[in-house]
Amino acid sequence: MNPAYTNKEMMALAAGRLVGDGDILFAGTGLSMLAATVAKRIHAPEAVVFFETGGIDPALEELPLAVADPRVMSGTSLNSGLIEAFAILGHRRLRTISFLGAAQIDAYGNINSTCLGDYHRPKVRFPGSGGACDAMSQAHAVILFMQHERKRFVDKLDYQTSPGWLSGGDAREKAGLQRGGPMAVVTNLGVLRFDNETKRMYLDECFPGVTPEEVADNTAFALDISRAGQSAPPSPAELTALREQVDPQRLILGPLPA
Amino acid sequence: MTTRDNKSKLMSAEEAVGRLVKDGDLVALGGFTVSRNPMTLAREIIRQGKKDLHLAVHSQGQAMDLLVGAGCVRRLEIAYGGTGRFAPTCIRFRQAVQKGLIEIEDYSNFQMSLRFLAGSLNLPFIPCRSGVGSDILEKWGFSAEVRSSEAKLPIHKALVSPNPFSPRQEPVVFLPALTPDVALVHVQYASADGITRIKGLKFLDQEQVRAASRVIVSCEEVVPAAFLRQDPDQNAFPPFLVDAVVHAPLGAHPTACHLFYDYDPRHLNMYRQQAGADETFHQYLKDWVFDAPDQETYLGQVGAVDLTRIRANTQLGYAPGLDRR
Repeated sequence: MNPAYTNKEMMALAAGRLVGDGDILFAGTGLSMLAATVAKRIHAPEAVVFFETGGIDPALEELPLAVADPRVMSGTSLNSGLIEAFAILGHRRLRTISFLGAAQIDAYGNINSTCLGDYHRPKVRFPGSGGACDAMSQAHAVILFMQHERKRFVDKLDYQTSPGWLSGGDAREKAGLQRGGPMAVVTNLGVLRFDNETKRMYLDECFPGVTPEEVADNTAFALDISRAGQSAPPSPAELTALREQVDPQRLILGPLPA
Repeated sequence: MTTRDNKSKLMSAEEAVGRLVKDGDLVALGGFTVSRNPMTLAREIIRQGKKDLHLAVHSQGQAMDLLVGAGCVRRLEIAYGGTGRFAPTCIRFRQAVQKGLIEIEDYSNFQMSLRFLAGSLNLPFIPCRSGVGSDILEKWGFSAEVRSSEAKLPIHKALVSPNPFSPRQEPVVFLPALTPDVALVHVQYASADGITRIKGLKFLDQEQVRAASRVIVSCEEVVPAAFLRQDPDQNAFPPFLVDAVVHAPLGAHPTACHLFYDYDPRHLNMYRQQAGADETFHQYLKDWVFDAPDQETYLGQVGAVDLTRIRANTQLGYAPGLDRR
């Protein structure tokens, strides 16, 4: 029998499984830190984590709580700044994979991290793009983290902070974006991907105990669930790495499962 | 001014801000979210009642939030306002935008970086590929009328135009350069004559300083110029661009300063609680800004226990095992 686990643990591990060995990971904080670090500990030891603040390949003996945390400056191969970090993000020879979260997402993976309501007098203001628009514009690929709710998976964004596949098909290329785009969306219910041709989101995997219908019900736009499989539950080795090596203080993971 | 030689730029925060920051200035803040925010200088700006400031930042946290909350800011150009887990969106910033108390213009981090870089190199504008197809380019926070009537603002937020060098003529983004009136940065080491050294990440401080007309540097330690000249590869800015050097130990508190101290979770959590309502925020300003008119008084209030708790390990640069909940 598999051990009990939390949603956050499943999300971090599901995203970590998408990382390839040798990938250059443009990490944010929160779940993306966990995903990048756990992938390095389990199956992608050659993956390199870097931060938009300029910290390249830190030791990460403690989890950073922000991308400017002094923990991203310790045991690095290079300490630099924003210009140097962005020179890595868009470099044509590198497979840079970025992790991002957002307040809203649409069917083509465009995201909003700026505001709800009218831009000029928003109901709710969020921090803004930061490097999100840049990662969505220039990274080799992006993995998105979302809470799976109808108010977040919307037909139309209140504000399009960062370009995903725009209106789908070849819209992204036509707009002048040379590469990249979102490759997957990891939510508390499963993993979604984008159709090769239409670039529209579809359900790829449900987490254990989740039905495809449940995912569709929590999505405000029409979602293709015909291709949905099941995610493997966390293995004991994955959970051990995550809990004992990556976030022993449970700063991001939060409480253990009941 | 307590100078020991006529090349010294050493002065108090009060004198530096009084002489070099003017109402209505376009002000660049160095640091990034929870690190190296110029907090001593920001508190001094609040005490002196500076107003109508136009802040230009990439990702800023505590200094920006305090200045916005204290009513010093009229306009803000920004990519990101947050302090990580302590306030995923800066609290007074969020309220000011939601209530329409400030005018705000959004860019991305790369875009703001390029705008400062362009300003530092005397480029009129700079192209990039970031942001096509986004509302960052579509929606303007500063209206066309404001932009045409305000000399400090470019008439366009950004332009999308065909790449003039490409046969495919694909769209690219053109961004206006940014040349602040004054840049405020906090660094680890400076000499009295303005040689500076940043340890850890430099963020965008170098570009911000080089793009600015005036520069105030606050520092953890004032060290002999001879020490900084022994290893000049490590130094940050041309010293003749620095107008004032302010000795401000723990001058980034409650944000971190690599090798000197970590961010202060207790203070940042307290701030989050107090910043939520006007009354408690004003109490915070009274306690930590107005009733602490100099850095010594401020540090006395933080207290030896908390300052010791966040003291950085000299090898790691942060405080290992610090309770960061």
